[in-house]
Amino acid sequence: MIEAVLTLSGIGLVASLGLGLAARKFAVRRNPLIERVEQILPGANCGACGTAGCSAFAKAVVEGEAPLNACVPGGQEVARLIAELMGAAVPSTESYVAVLLCKGGKGEARSKFEYDGVSDCRAAVLVSGGDKGCAYGCLGLGTCERVCPFGAIHMDEDGLPVIDRETCTGCGVCVKNCPKGVLLLAPREASVHIRCHSHDKGAQVKRVCTVGCIGCGACVRICPYEAITLDDGLAVMDYTRCRQCGLCVDSCPTGNITSLVSQTPKARIDPERCKGHALCEAACPVDAISGEPGKTRLVDEERCIGCRICCSVCPVHAIAMVNPD
Amino acid sequence: MSKVFRFKGGVHPRDRKELSRDKAIEPAPLPERLVVPLSQHIGAPCEPVVSQGDTVKKGQKIGEARGFVSVPVHAPTSGKVIKIDSFPHPLGKDLPAIEIEPDGLDTCADGAGGQEDFASLSPDELRAIIREKGIVGMGGATFPTHVKLSPPEGKPIDTLIINGAECEPYLTADYRLMLEEPEKVITGMRIMKTILGVERAFIAIEKNKPEAIDAVKGVLGPDSREATVVPLEVKYPQGAEKQLIKTIVNREVPPSGGLPMDVGVLVQNVGTAAAVDQAVRLGIPLIERVVTVTGEGIREPKNLRVRIGTPVGSLLEACGGFRETPGKLVLGGPMMGISQYTTEVPVIKGTSGVLVLPRSRVRLEEARTCIRCGTCVRVCPMNLLPNFIGTFASRGLFDQAERYYALDCIECGSCAFSCPAKIPLVHLIKYAKAEIMAKKRKK
Repeated sequence: MIEAVLTLSGIGLVASLGLGLAARKFAVRRNPLIERVEQILPGANCGACGTAGCSAFAKAVVEGEAPLNACVPGGQEVARLIAELMGAAVPSTESYVAVLLCKGGKGEARSKFEYDGVSDCRAAVLVSGGDKGCAYGCLGLGTCERVCPFGAIHMDEDGLPVIDRETCTGCGVCVKNCPKGVLLLAPREASVHIRCHSHDKGAQVKRVCTVGCIGCGACVRICPYEAITLDDGLAVMDYTRCRQCGLCVDSCPTGNITSLVSQTPKARIDPERCKGHALCEAACPVDAISGEPGKTRLVDEERCIGCRICCSVCPVHAIAMVNPD
Repeated sequence: MSKVFRFKGGVHPRDRKELSRDKAIEPAPLPERLVVPLSQHIGAPCEPVVSQGDTVKKGQKIGEARGFVSVPVHAPTSGKVIKIDSFPHPLGKDLPAIEIEPDGLDTCADGAGGQEDFASLSPDELRAIIREKGIVGMGGATFPTHVKLSPPEGKPIDTLIINGAECEPYLTADYRLMLEEPEKVITGMRIMKTILGVERAFIAIEKNKPEAIDAVKGVLGPDSREATVVPLEVKYPQGAEKQLIKTIVNREVPPSGGLPMDVGVLVQNVGTAAAVDQAVRLGIPLIERVVTVTGEGIREPKNLRVRIGTPVGSLLEACGGFRETPGKLVLGGPMMGISQYTTEVPVIKGTSGVLVLPRSRVRLEEARTCIRCGTCVRVCPMNLLPNFIGTFASRGLFDQAERYYALDCIECGSCAFSCPAKIPLVHLIKYAKAEIMAKKRKK
């Protein structure tokens, strides 16, 4: 009896000593900071930062190989928390959101043939480029919906993805996986979008879609800020120049340009730019703009109807249309 | 007669060759316009050497090859170049092509004629002719023939197989060619044997074409030692390169990137052999080919000698048009052919057939859940596990699909053909292959 107890205790002692030594000798040193950074991250493993996942990003950040604000879904808040941990300055982070550059759903776009294959855009594109008549259009089989790590995309009845701007973090996974390249990461504050990316000639666009960009250039001509250019038959928006005035929205003959500005926007004059030319005052159809000669003009928001005429006449581009908060 | 071996797997679809097997090859009428794609082969597309408004003569080179794995294209008839632009291509994309309006005169371009006595030419000279005349594999894969005929040092070829299996259902183009012009096929084979310096050659024909076997044997003579005619078991995909090699010489092409030349074998389609003969002996470039226009949806199935670049629509007209509402238009055979959405697509060097299925025969089946019966595994001639690769593809697990050798799939369609759950396995595997290749390119 006593021998058995002693033998077993002996074995236990030797084994525990061995394990204890091994644990010391072969210990993997891990910076505890990495773990703390990882806890801050959203944990979606979307890869938008350029590393394999959140763990890898945490390691890269702590080792100084990735910028503090590279986590796109986390945005400014996560960047701030990481910066706090690391004792670094908070870098400013731009926020993006995915935008669909196609309005041609089942009702608007013609299809070339009946598709009866694997229900995934990346598989469908292997069959004659997909069934959509437009070579550029959204195939509507929901690959973006399935790959979105945040569940921000759902397909509507018309067969087009709808992106929930609140949930979308701008990680870009959908953009990378769309075989038609019909999704774009646009700055979150941009609200006017050209919703087509077909470089086909106007006649061809008309043949296959009722809402596509026909390259007429009406938006290019009307835009007071030169934010829209024609690139090989397609109107393309430069978000850095767009001031969201929305003039292009009404100018588009196919209704391809959309604006998210829902309320009547009001003209707001940038006092630093305004030189008091008073062209706006003369142009305003409702006499909402007034001011002393040579001085900054003032807008009566009660009167302003959001027609945007003043925007287009201002020679120094001092007027922007904004939503009253 | 040599012993015939077997390859594992395969299926037995109804061959339906009776629709067109007794129709002699006839010339297709010259269409109002020809669209000659600059990319009709595997490898770099051609560079156009004519411009809009130029007049061209029959056989004149209109697209120059770029790089070694590339061949030129030639004008199929005399006429005027209307446009060089993107046109629908049988592969499903719009690709650059030269549109020619024939003048109806069919004036031949002057230039070097052929060399009746090909034995006086060196292998390099013969290879140069074959390349210059734009010859590619006409069984469908369209791999440039001169490249196949130039095995690298250290990979000696000891066997040439002329492939007349034509295992795809419906198609009879190769059959009619062997029956009507066996001497062209045999001479083409002799030329290729000279180039490679091989003694041993086989002509492989499925047993359902006894007349073709007799015709080829007739040209070779009773005690010929030039080539052995091998009647093959009727089984799909008997005519697939790797399966054919296994059947005839019992050698296995190494998986994952192995080529027939790794086991000392070269396989060429009978159409390619005939084209080689025409190019070398008569100096005629590859500007026409035999195409079977068939299917239950076409009024008069025919075997036609078609100029490359002829729009499919004009062939359908030549065959009396549609019998009833068409359901599917396929270029190639029903197993591996590619469905088309427009009759504007032109015939290219690899187009062996135009198949029209009526609406009433095309069933759109809903894919159901895999019942794990293992039929696809049993029929796969490449010893793959299509069920697993398909499942991985549908879940986006492309790395896993690659580990299950998705890239080794020859897309023969046996698995999808026999799947009782109607799972589009080939489409799923093609999808996996495309994603794997895209990832490899990024690296």
